[in-house]
Amino acid sequence: MIKRIIAFHLVAAAALLLWGIVDGRVPPGSLGGVGRDYVERTPGELGAANVVTGIVVTWRGLDTLGEVTVLFLAAAGVALVLRRREGAAENAAAPEAPRRDSSEILETGSAFLVPAIVMFGVYIFLNGHLTPGGGFQGGAVVASAVLLLFLVHPGYRTAHRALEAVESVSGALYVAAGLLGLLLAGGFLDNRFLPPGVFGTILSAGAIPVIYTLIGLKVGAELAGILDSLRGGGE
Amino acid sequence: MITALVVVSGIVMVASALAAMHLRSLVAAIVAVGLMSLFASVLYLVLAAPDVAMTEAAIGAGLSTVIFLYALRRTRDREADDD
Repeated sequence: MIKRIIAFHLVAAAALLLWGIVDGRVPPGSLGGVGRDYVERTPGELGAANVVTGIVVTWRGLDTLGEVTVLFLAAAGVALVLRRREGAAENAAAPEAPRRDSSEILETGSAFLVPAIVMFGVYIFLNGHLTPGGGFQGGAVVASAVLLLFLVHPGYRTAHRALEAVESVSGALYVAAGLLGLLLAGGFLDNRFLPPGVFGTILSAGAIPVIYTLIGLKVGAELAGILDSLRGGGE
Repeated sequence: MITALVVVSGIVMVASALAAMHLRSLVAAIVAVGLMSLFASVLYLVLAAPDVAMTEAAIGAGLSTVIFLYALRRTRDREADDD
């Protein structure tokens, strides 16, 4: 009971604090400071139509590299903990009964949907410098197509080696693109070592489409790997 | 119109978060968390952040819900093995 009273008072105090911030606040009518600087400089200097992408991939590119590293460590941790245990269990336990196949409707529907979802994911990360979205979003959409495959075909096995190869190669190339920016342009992860191209077309904004394609492939392979490790094999 | 949408999705988010805390069934709680993510993504879209909305819908509402369900099934398997 005392716990509840304390919790209620904490929530009420937080609400009071937040109300002090929200009450009477008028959103600024124009951008100021760093925001205006980004909006003015991104189209001209980076050639990216999507300012958010310009910030995420170039101005704050090191943060994105860190995020990709965090995701890589998470995927590696899941694989390390779950796969080893599974190998031990497979040796000891008898094989389980085969699962029931999915219905005809589910199989046919997923056969139509999976290519469309993969294509949409690729569209999102290829157009990251033009439209909202980018490597993370596109990779997550591709991984959700893999998830649909897992749900429909319980016995479906992924090529672990291929997933790991895609993940490692695209991660290494991402760092290599950053180093090329350091050598040929203004700094680490500078996108201007490739020609800027025509503003607003698909082959523009220097290295941003290349970097986002690599991020998309890496994130997609990592999330698919996490799902596959958690799903467990042969169950 | 936009204010109404923001208020409605905020209320649904708070309600599903409370449901996730109080539901006895873990599967139902996981679905409630997924529902909260779905309405969070609607909220991001209304607040003009479509790329965050995409991430929230794909990862928050889709993949992490399924990851929780897989994890739940695996932990149940372990319990059954121990018994």
